[in-house]
Amino acid sequence: MSIALELAGVAKSFTMHLQGGIRLSVVSGVTFAVRPGECAVLSGPSGAGKSSVLKMIFGSYRCERGRILVGQGEDYVDVARASPRQILALRRTTIGYVSQFLRAVPRVPAIEVVAEPLVLAGAPREAAAKRAAEMLRRLHVPAPLWGLPPATFSGGEQQRVNIARGFLADLPILLLDEPTASLDSENCAVVTGLIAEKKKRGAAIVAIVHDAHVRDRIADVVIDVTQFAAAA
Amino acid sequence: MSTRHDEEPLLIADGLTKWYGRNLGCRDVSFALYEGEVMAVVGESGSGKSTLLQLLAMQIEATAGRVHYRMRDGATRDLALLGEAERRFLARTDWGYVHQDPTLGLRMTVSGGANVGERLMAVGWRHYGRIRAAATDWLDRVEIDPSRMDEAPLVYSGGMRQRLQIARNLVSAPRLVFMDEPTGGLDVSVQARLLDLLRGLVADLRLSAVVVTHDLAVARLLSHRIMVMRGGEVIETGLTDQVLDDPREAYTQLLVASILPP
Repeated sequence: MSIALELAGVAKSFTMHLQGGIRLSVVSGVTFAVRPGECAVLSGPSGAGKSSVLKMIFGSYRCERGRILVGQGEDYVDVARASPRQILALRRTTIGYVSQFLRAVPRVPAIEVVAEPLVLAGAPREAAAKRAAEMLRRLHVPAPLWGLPPATFSGGEQQRVNIARGFLADLPILLLDEPTASLDSENCAVVTGLIAEKKKRGAAIVAIVHDAHVRDRIADVVIDVTQFAAAA
Repeated sequence: MSTRHDEEPLLIADGLTKWYGRNLGCRDVSFALYEGEVMAVVGESGSGKSTLLQLLAMQIEATAGRVHYRMRDGATRDLALLGEAERRFLARTDWGYVHQDPTLGLRMTVSGGANVGERLMAVGWRHYGRIRAAATDWLDRVEIDPSRMDEAPLVYSGGMRQRLQIARNLVSAPRLVFMDEPTGGLDVSVQARLLDLLRGLVADLRLSAVVVTHDLAVARLLSHRIMVMRGGEVIETGLTDQVLDDPREAYTQLLVASILPP
């Protein structure tokens, strides 16, 4: 178990049929590996393809070429070729993803949004809610908000709900897309603390962070995504 | 959590084709649906998605192709070869079918409680008190005030009728539910409530479902997987976020690009 996640020769392009079939090449030849307990930060300017790489690892973008190997006990799964059912199972047991924005579901209270991944993984509802409450408290989300659906929360509150949800489950791989973008310095510190704890527990992390301070505190390796720029 | 059966699909469609005379309903549709999985079938009117749903639920006969279903005893059977009693068991107990128009799935002139209780009587429940208790419980779960259970759905609102139809379908603890535009024709706020309710029930009961919808927001919220149909054929399939965030086919890109941001 020396490698938690390995990408080899990964390529992505989009064919925009509505724009006359233009082909946009995003990245090609993406190759790197992340060990358990290690945090790799993807760097590069906007549009370099950092989020696309994360989304391919999570399986929400299709991978056009190459392999994305995810450790599963003694074995591994290639996300690039996995069936929808295999990818859904990986998301329950192996890969967590904190996106930039919370996709709010109408009427579901914040605390249930946060607890949901644990419930889906089979935890009893009450125990999951208790851990969700601890996490929300840690991220300074005011208790009176917990019972309300997050759709009406401020941007920063929504992001903290999203982070609480993403960090609650103990999954071996965690993908973070700008987790600290709209947070104040106090909450930024909470998030870097959470990341350090995850690393200590052996999680492999791939993160996109623009804030240099945050990056310096969490990164073990910095991967410059511009080296994978696709030849147009 | 996983049992041996979890590894076998619950429903398998194999080369399903339907011709209405010289008009194509759908052609060569194949997929496997597992327990606890929700698949959305999306496409515009005339794409063949409702034909497909009716074929799966044995409401119409296929021109070619087969549907296999894993019965409660674990044996996977070809639906075309089932006897009448077995078909009835599926339709009344192990399956649900939620119509877009609730008047098609309800008896409009008998009480709400009786609409739910009827499904239980069909599978042999006889004890009035127990039937009424089960009906009350289900009305409560679909957020219908049990004080209204003696009224007929004729006097219910559209959203209540749809929730009653869902209760009627789920009271028999089905494993598979077919839904045909379940939120079509409802006000947006009523839709949101219904979607949230469905989402919770599907997850709690580990239901499998095939949901036909033209509304990609419904597919996003309810389904794990999406099948896109056009002109009777499946043109794209994949995980829900894959199809909606990274659509490959021109037609799917058009559908996704046509969503109005809120």
